[in-house]
Amino acid sequence: MKIWIAKQKALIDFTLSSLARRKLKNLGLLLVYTLIVFLLASVMLFTHALRHEAAQVLKGTPEVIVQRMVAGRHDLIPPGYIEKLGRIRGVQHIEGRLWGYFYDPLVKANYTFMSPTAGNINEIQIAAREIVIGAAVARARGLAAGNLISFRSYTGKLFVFTVASVLPHDAELVSADLILLSEADYRAFFDIPVGFYTDIALSVANPQEVRNIAGKLAETLPDARLILREEVLRTYESIFNWREGIVLVLLSGSILAFAIFAWEKASGLSAEEKREIGILKAIGWETGDVLKMKFWEGALVSLTAFLLGYIAAYLHVFHFSTALFEPVLKGWSVLYPRFELVPVVDGFQVATLFFFTVFPYTVATIVPIWRAAITDPDAVMRG
Amino acid sequence: MQSRKSHRVFAFLAICLTLFLLTFADAAIQSAGSAETLAANERLVVQLGLTDLCLFTEARYTRHPSQADLHSAFQDHPLGLEHFPSGSLLSPPNNLAASYENLDSKTKSAD
Repeated sequence: MKIWIAKQKALIDFTLSSLARRKLKNLGLLLVYTLIVFLLASVMLFTHALRHEAAQVLKGTPEVIVQRMVAGRHDLIPPGYIEKLGRIRGVQHIEGRLWGYFYDPLVKANYTFMSPTAGNINEIQIAAREIVIGAAVARARGLAAGNLISFRSYTGKLFVFTVASVLPHDAELVSADLILLSEADYRAFFDIPVGFYTDIALSVANPQEVRNIAGKLAETLPDARLILREEVLRTYESIFNWREGIVLVLLSGSILAFAIFAWEKASGLSAEEKREIGILKAIGWETGDVLKMKFWEGALVSLTAFLLGYIAAYLHVFHFSTALFEPVLKGWSVLYPRFELVPVVDGFQVATLFFFTVFPYTVATIVPIWRAAITDPDAVMRG
Repeated sequence: MQSRKSHRVFAFLAICLTLFLLTFADAAIQSAGSAETLAANERLVVQLGLTDLCLFTEARYTRHPSQADLHSAFQDHPLGLEHFPSGSLLSPPNNLAASYENLDSKTKSAD
């Protein structure tokens, strides 16, 4: 065993010297390889942590949301709708919700206006002409509790509100763009008559019956669209799915880059590398030794790239708030939530990443060497 | 003893491996510490009846993807392709198309 270890150490020494002879090329290779792992690992860690957090936080979202559709679009719930729902057996609690969007031309940002049904949030009563704002809104408009702010409503009237409080920074992932106000203020601001609602949230007495009750609701109200809690959760389970959108673009880019790597390695060795193998064979190295040396080369490069890339990705996602992805995620939005995701690492995913980055490269390094190593040293050296 | 290249590389890899394992420990410590924040956010979601994460504020169908209707991405006119960058990051939720597929398979009249 001791001899075997000593032999491997000697092979690694030789490999490192060989790598050092083409320092620039190999360092460039290591850098690009690390970047690919970093990119893939960042996407993987970010989406996994986001999905996990969404599942945790959105557990308490309304059981069923009833929207009214007119010509394929979301419309206001008219008076009498809630009463119709109340007659369906199994429906426990019905609540008309008031929420909508407002574009602030001053900072070119979209806000979500909402009137909390309970009338209070975090034990703070929202009084008339008062608002509670999300942290990103406060940042964009430079507001703090006690400040005054005015908005020109869609009817053209100017409304002045006092900021009662700012929602905590820790809640930005769910509340960055929120502006909470009382029901009377909401109706006056958007000119929505009493009895009309944006949509309806309802809860069901027996959670096992949600699907049946949804079926009954759809029969009673053919113009309604029902969104179940499980559908909301499923939407976030598949968020940033690898088969869709930018993740696919990133993934295919990385895979293509990786394929070029492998192709470059597999399609042929440089004349210098071939001469090196020829000399090694001529001075008595066996084919197995040459292969072992090249195995160590592939393994050392890919393992280093994997470890460095993964550690950098972890720091990027969980300690630097995924700063490099911000321009992509931000798009045209002015309000952008600043959130620190709770680190969740899935061992299986890390193992998959390891397998798909380290293994192919190591194999791609060995195959062409094996081809060169089994030919006659004289022929190899002559090229 | 003379320092060998292989020893230096092993030392470097050992440091990297330690850091790699430390990421798992860090994740465990941090997630234990943020349980309270998550619970507070969950309470806020229940109190306000929130349905979505505030990830993209530029378009209504990316601000509230779970509440979007099928046509909202093409809101300007029937041939108006959606133009918000976040639309290319988020795909429409499955249930959106599923309800139309249901209707499609149940229709009795020929199109």
